[in-house]
Amino acid sequence: MVDTNTIKAPAPGTFYRRPSPDEDPYVEEGDRVGDGQVVGLVEVMKNFIEVKAEQDGVLESFLVENEDLVEAGQDIAALTGG
Amino acid sequence: MNKVLVANRSEIARRVIRACRELDYATVAVYSDADRDALHVREADEAVGIGKPKARESYLNVERLIEAARETGADAIHPGYGFLSESARFAEACAEAGITFVGPRAGAIAAMGDKAAARRLAGKAGVPVVPGGEAPASGERVGEEIGYPLLVKAAAGGGGRGIRTVRDGDELQGALAVAAREAEAAFGDPSLYIEKLVEDARHVEVQVLGGSDGQVLHLFERECSLQRRRQKLVEEAPSPGLSARTREEMTAASVRLAAAVGYTSAGTVEFLVDRDEHFYFIEMNTRLQVEHGVTEMVTGVDLVREQLLAAAGEPLELSQDDVRIDGSAIEFRINAEDPERDFHPSPGRIEVAELPGGPGVRVDTAIYAGYSVVPFYDSLIAKLMVWAPTREQALRRGRRALGELRIEGIATTAPLHLRLVDDDRVRAGDVHTGYLEELLAPRESTEELAGPASE
Repeated sequence: MVDTNTIKAPAPGTFYRRPSPDEDPYVEEGDRVGDGQVVGLVEVMKNFIEVKAEQDGVLESFLVENEDLVEAGQDIAALTGG
Repeated sequence: MNKVLVANRSEIARRVIRACRELDYATVAVYSDADRDALHVREADEAVGIGKPKARESYLNVERLIEAARETGADAIHPGYGFLSESARFAEACAEAGITFVGPRAGAIAAMGDKAAARRLAGKAGVPVVPGGEAPASGERVGEEIGYPLLVKAAAGGGGRGIRTVRDGDELQGALAVAAREAEAAFGDPSLYIEKLVEDARHVEVQVLGGSDGQVLHLFERECSLQRRRQKLVEEAPSPGLSARTREEMTAASVRLAAAVGYTSAGTVEFLVDRDEHFYFIEMNTRLQVEHGVTEMVTGVDLVREQLLAAAGEPLELSQDDVRIDGSAIEFRINAEDPERDFHPSPGRIEVAELPGGPGVRVDTAIYAGYSVVPFYDSLIAKLMVWAPTREQALRRGRRALGELRIEGIATTAPLHLRLVDDDRVRAGDVHTGYLEELLAPRESTEELAGPASE
């Protein structure tokens, strides 16, 4: 059984897939990620908060674009468990 | 000067609009798409939308701001603090467009904006600087000379940003490489310099004011030692930890430095003061300061008014002898951050906003019940300031006013302030820049965050 889950935004703000503009994205779609692994950042009030996977799995796809505005709890990426 | 465009938002935009109104200058507010419902927009005579919520696409967009001034016929721009207030490029763009920039000359901004060059200037003006020097070429040598621990700082940083602590010589080269990369990413300039870490130092800063006629005077000092991650949370005037002699030396040094750069507006010279009251220049902020209100409360001088008049070419109405300290004032920064959750940002809708009042209380804010604190900008939502004849009474008044403050719907730093006004060390004025973090430990790490903050 394949269990699909989502990684959610920890805070409202601007979503980034890279640690800084000239670095590679934290993860690519299709990559395997581990519980607690950072997959992006949300910039809120000049703070950068890490977006983390909360279980092991494969990050199937991002549901928002880099630099999109996100709400707290909004789905950021689809994760297939297992 | 007839019409002033305020290139800022929130409480500081309102503060500037108020000063303009008292001087009969017409006002123009600007706002991003996130700030349509903001009070500064309603209160200005005119308001112009300048773009998307992200600061880069609105409040930091120089061309759009100049265009907004042209569209509305504004002949002056006040930058507030943060955003473009310390951008020499913005000051120049205003000058080229024939618009008065309410601040110092672009040359003075640039001279102080490079923090390494500012150190050299201070040294030349006979102002003591923290032992240190250029990096990284002479990093190793400087490290040996001044000793550890030391700080690696970004020359283009300032305001507590772009700073890295180095405990010993083994860490130095690695720290320089990382810091240069971070400085390049955050400020577009990898230049670094090194300073000795002054242990248990207080942060004390001197307010200066330069007139269009070249006269420079000071308005005494503010103590800003209660900080978290190098961001101030409580400021007061005067400092409870300075002898009269140190005060005299520091204020004189500040006036010398401001005069040396031909300073013609309000500015702040920041120092560290060690346990033996040796003071060392760290940087000069060439703009209005967030905490300017406590100076206004103890001196009776309206700093924004003075800034506007200086920009309009009026000579200072004040002389140094007119400036006296009366009583004691304290500012508590009410931030949309949750002290119970490691100061996690807490934007969101404010359901209840009851602000304190009564004798000796001033609240500079832009919130109201039903207002939504947006996630795009600084977390400061209100500045609660109190004045009283003595520091002891000011602390009591602070506790009383904090008790009256009710903000519901989002978490704020108000509960932390209630704890601080009852803290023995705070009450005794016996604090240094590391004290607040010690008080909050071990629940919180003091790990450094680098980020492209704007103030």
